Amino acid sequence: MSTVADYVSRIEGTCGAESDVIVNFKYEKKDEAIANIMKKAALKNTIAGIIFELTFEDRSFRLYTSGKAIFRGFKTKTDLMDFLAKLLL
Amino acid sequence: MNTQAARQDFPILNRKINGIPLIYFDNAATTQKPRQVIDAIVDYYTNHNGNVHRGVHTLSTEATDLYESAREDTAKFINAKSPSEVVFVRGTTEAINLVAYSLGCSNLGRGDEVLVSLMEHHSNIVPWEILSKCKGFTLKYAKVHDDGTLDYEDFESKITAKTRIACLSHVSNVTGVINDVKRIGKVAHENGALMLVDGAQSVPHMRVDVQDLDMDFLAFSGHKMLGPTGIGVLYGKKAILQKLSPFQGGGEMIKEVSYGQERCSITWNELPYKFEAGTPNIAGAVGLGAAVKYLSDLGMDNVFAHEKELTKYAVERLKECNNITLYGPRDLSKKCGIIPFGLKGFSSHETAALFNEYGIAIRSGYHCAQPLHQLFKLESSARASFYIYNIPSEVDRFVEILKELEG
Repeated sequence: MSTVADYVSRIEGTCGAESDVIVNFKYEKKDEAIANIMKKAALKNTIAGIIFELTFEDRSFRLYTSGKAIFRGFKTKTDLMDFLAKLLL
Repeated sequence: MNTQAARQDFPILNRKINGIPLIYFDNAATTQKPRQVIDAIVDYYTNHNGNVHRGVHTLSTEATDLYESAREDTAKFINAKSPSEVVFVRGTTEAINLVAYSLGCSNLGRGDEVLVSLMEHHSNIVPWEILSKCKGFTLKYAKVHDDGTLDYEDFESKITAKTRIACLSHVSNVTGVINDVKRIGKVAHENGALMLVDGAQSVPHMRVDVQDLDMDFLAFSGHKMLGPTGIGVLYGKKAILQKLSPFQGGGEMIKEVSYGQERCSITWNELPYKFEAGTPNIAGAVGLGAAVKYLSDLGMDNVFAHEKELTKYAVERLKECNNITLYGPRDLSKKCGIIPFGLKGFSSHETAALFNEYGIAIRSGYHCAQPLHQLFKLESSARASFYIYNIPSEVDRFVEILKELEG
């Protein structure tokens, strides 16, 4: 059975008051991760064909075709991991 | 300066990111390395590796010659009176910590004042904050105008007879603002204070003459000037360094450790070794020496002129874009090749991620200067910063992307 760790190579908090979180997908799994996310999340907008603005469970986030997603507003890492599990698995 | 020829020296510029040729605009964070620097490091490890000083064998002698030759070249690069005024450290942060702790441990206490500006990188704030809590001296902050330029009147008014040291960036790592450190240094000296200059963003980009600018201390990093990471410099006037206590203890920095009466008595080594405890970063120094030679061959006035011209071109072209806000001074004579900006509808991190999709590397966040961002009322900022290998067509591509986003 797949886990979030199968798809994610690194999660990094950013500096700055926005408290963005950058989720990098593993290179070999990025296409699968993006496909899974696109199936579950609602597409709001596409920017220049390389960035997808998506919504899932009332949260908006941006997905980049090179294999990363940027989220904001998560209070704990557990919340983020739960959210990623719903999106990816 | 022949930029196109210089570009051929940088192998990494042949890389593709997401299938697109790399455009590297993150030079204020770190710079790319020319073949000459890479070769110098490879040659050192391939042919000369040995521990420096007091070695009798050939490799140790060769390593020492290379290490000390890098020090001599670096001293000439900043016009220090003597190589003994050049202390090799890990980088700007360690250089500032060295001054803070060496000065703080024996020379600062209650009633004393240290002055910094609000535009400083965290590395020129945090060491002083830590020490002020330990030693009880007062840390004061000089104001910055809304456009990111220094409030000179405020800085100068805060230098008093109690001020022991005034600390200021030569160039802001957020806005690229160039500070008149000679003017501030003069006021500091008139009041009996020392002056520390953070040269992390100036030494790589312009001619810096420590004698002309009458600097007491100058800190800078190798990796921001084509050299490797993990090597940097603290320049200090000889007479001042001689009076300072060592920063770290260990081998290399002592002349004698003699046991008697259940204690060791210690005499310090001569300058600059008193401040270089332990085996130094020899390969790093060799790489820095090669970087210094490379920049000297280009000519620092040419480097500065190239970046000024490119920045002027970029700012002019960016005026065509309605979806960005430029931060910092409008008067380009006050700044060099760093352009902080915000993109409408994107956080700084989303902006950096967006440009990465196009193979362009820029930085996002606070850039280790949170107080300045608070002053600007910004959550964070995106930053494009230039160096010798950047060219107008790269700026054109950057602007094209912004225009595409406007839709």
